[in-house]
Order: sequence, then structure tokens, then C-alpha cells
Amino acid sequence: MSKLKSTLGIVAIAFITLTVMSCKDNSKEQNSTDGDHSEMNHDNSDGHHDGEKREMAMGGDSNTQAVLNDYFNLKNALVGDDNGKAKELGATLATSLGNFDVSQYNDTQQSELKDIVEDAVEHAEHISESDIAHQREHFKVLSKDVIDMVAITGAEIKLYEQFCPMYDGGTAWLSTKEEVRNPYYGSQMLKCGKVQREIN
Amino acid sequence: MKIVKIIAIVLLVAFVGIQFIPTTRNQSDTVPSTDFMLVNNVPETIQKKLQVSCYDCHSNNTQYPWYNKIQPVAWFLEDHIKEGKAELNFNEWDSLSSRRKASKLRSIIKQIENGEMPLDSYTLIHSEATFTEAEAEELINFITQLKDSL
Repeated sequence: MSKLKSTLGIVAIAFITLTVMSCKDNSKEQNSTDGDHSEMNHDNSDGHHDGEKREMAMGGDSNTQAVLNDYFNLKNALVGDDNGKAKELGATLATSLGNFDVSQYNDTQQSELKDIVEDAVEHAEHISESDIAHQREHFKVLSKDVIDMVAITGAEIKLYEQFCPMYDGGTAWLSTKEEVRNPYYGSQMLKCGKVQREIN
Repeated sequence: MKIVKIIAIVLLVAFVGIQFIPTTRNQSDTVPSTDFMLVNNVPETIQKKLQVSCYDCHSNNTQYPWYNKIQPVAWFLEDHIKEGKAELNFNEWDSLSSRRKASKLRSIIKQIENGEMPLDSYTLIHSEATFTEAEAEELINFITQLKDSL
């Protein structure tokens, strides 16, 4: 009798373990698709607003400005050698890039922008999970993406494209201020670099 | 004593049980026309190296080890392959834009330079996948050239 009981018990435990394990994956997937949905909806409603407010991409839009703001926050975290904060802000930037709405641009611009955004999202995501050296490597390419993006969208505010000849064979980034604060070296070489172009 | 026996039996039953949970296998007979090797003029030594060191997780076709169907190994492999392909799939190379290609090539260079790829968990079993210094240099030179020609 007791043998039967313990065998039953064992089978029950094994069954429960299995059920729990297989359920876990399912529920995870469910959650993530749910998340995507709500984000997408959000995205669309934002796009409508922008479309109504603005006719064409003259001098940028709030859409671009949201990306730029997150980009500058991230840049400042790297200037301050703050790995943890840069991780957080990398994730924030990945989200605002994901919400970027291209519908107000023409076909060629749209495909170019989608390409830029796809690339930039990947770099921002990597920044959200890397050490600071890696973050800076990805920030280099991310900066190129954002510079190319602004070339299409324009910007609402005055921007300075700055350039450090020392980092990885010469690397650019964007800043809202004229004075140089280097995001690739941080405190190690804070003022290395120069303004190579003014935008607006 | 009895407790140990029960735990052992539970583990055994669970182990047998998880063998029945299906996994997706990464296998394909065809190489799409967008494959890295087909669209780029890749020297033979580098082709071989990429095949051995990278393609198991970064293409649509994995050369599975003999124990690949045993759980939980199969899960572990499935997970790695899924992640690897999401990051870079050599079979779909030419469907990427120049910008995306440049980003991927840059990452390949950095990761080989820093010895981050192939993963330690992979080279532990596939010792032939490890890059010697000369092999790494050869690959990096080739990838750099490719990047500059984009």
C-alpha cells in the first residue's frame, strides 16, 4: 500500500514538474507578443498625431527629437564613464527608435530611414547589455546612424557634429553644445576632439 | 535512504519525461542564393574555417553532435542557435543592406579580435573551431577588406 502511494507520489511530482516547465515557456511567449501588440498600437496613434501636426519634414519633428534626446542622454552617460546608466539609456533609446514613425517621408527616405533605424536599434540594444568598452564601440556606429538620420529628417535644434581623430581611426558623434566632451574616452581624454560641422 | 531513492526516481522520471518534449531542429538541404560564400569571393581556407567555426549557429544548417537529441542538451543547443541566427545568419547575408552588412562585419572583426567568438561552450567540444592567431589574422584581413569595399 505504502509502496503504491510513494510510486503515485513520484509520478505526480514528475508530472507537475513537466507541466510547470512546459507552461513556463508558453506563458513567456504569450507575454512578449502581448507586449509587442500594445507597443505597436501606441506607435500608430503617435504617427497619426505627427501626421496631422506637420506637413513635411522641415526642420525635424518631435519623432526625431525623441530619438535625439535619448541619444544625447546616452552620450552624456558615456562622457561620464557611467556604464550602468548607459545600459539603461541604451534600452530607452532602442524603444524610442522602435517607435520612430517614417510615414511622413517619401518612399526612398522611408526605406533609408527604416534601414538606419533597424541598424541603430541593434546597436542600442547591445549598449543596454555591454561593458563600457563595448558600449563605446557600438556608440560609434550608432552615432553614424543618427547623423545619417538627421541628414534626412533635419532637427529642431542646433547640433554640432564633433570628431575625435584618435578613437578607432577617427570617430564622429553629435552634441547640442559646441564645447567638446568626448563620449569615447570620458574622463580619460574629456576634451579630445573638435567640431567638424554645425547642423542648423 | 528512502528519501534518496525517491529523489533519484523523481529525477529519473523527469529526465525520461523531458526527452518527449519536442525541439525545433536547424537543418536545411538548400543553400540560398543570398549566402555569404556565394555572393562574396571568399578564399577557400576562410570558407572552411567559417563553415567549421561559425555556420553551426549562424546559418540554417547545423552539423549536430551525436548527443544533440538528448535533453536538456537539445534545449541548450536550440537556444544558442536561435540567438546566433537572430544576430547573424550567413545564409541570408545578401538580404542585408550595405549599412547592416558594415555593422555585422565590424562586429565579426571585434568579436574575433577579442576572442568572444566562437563561444567557449562551443569550442569546448569543437576544438577545431578555435582560431589560431594566424587564422584570426587572415579572417580579420579578409573581413576588413570586404567592409572597406562596401
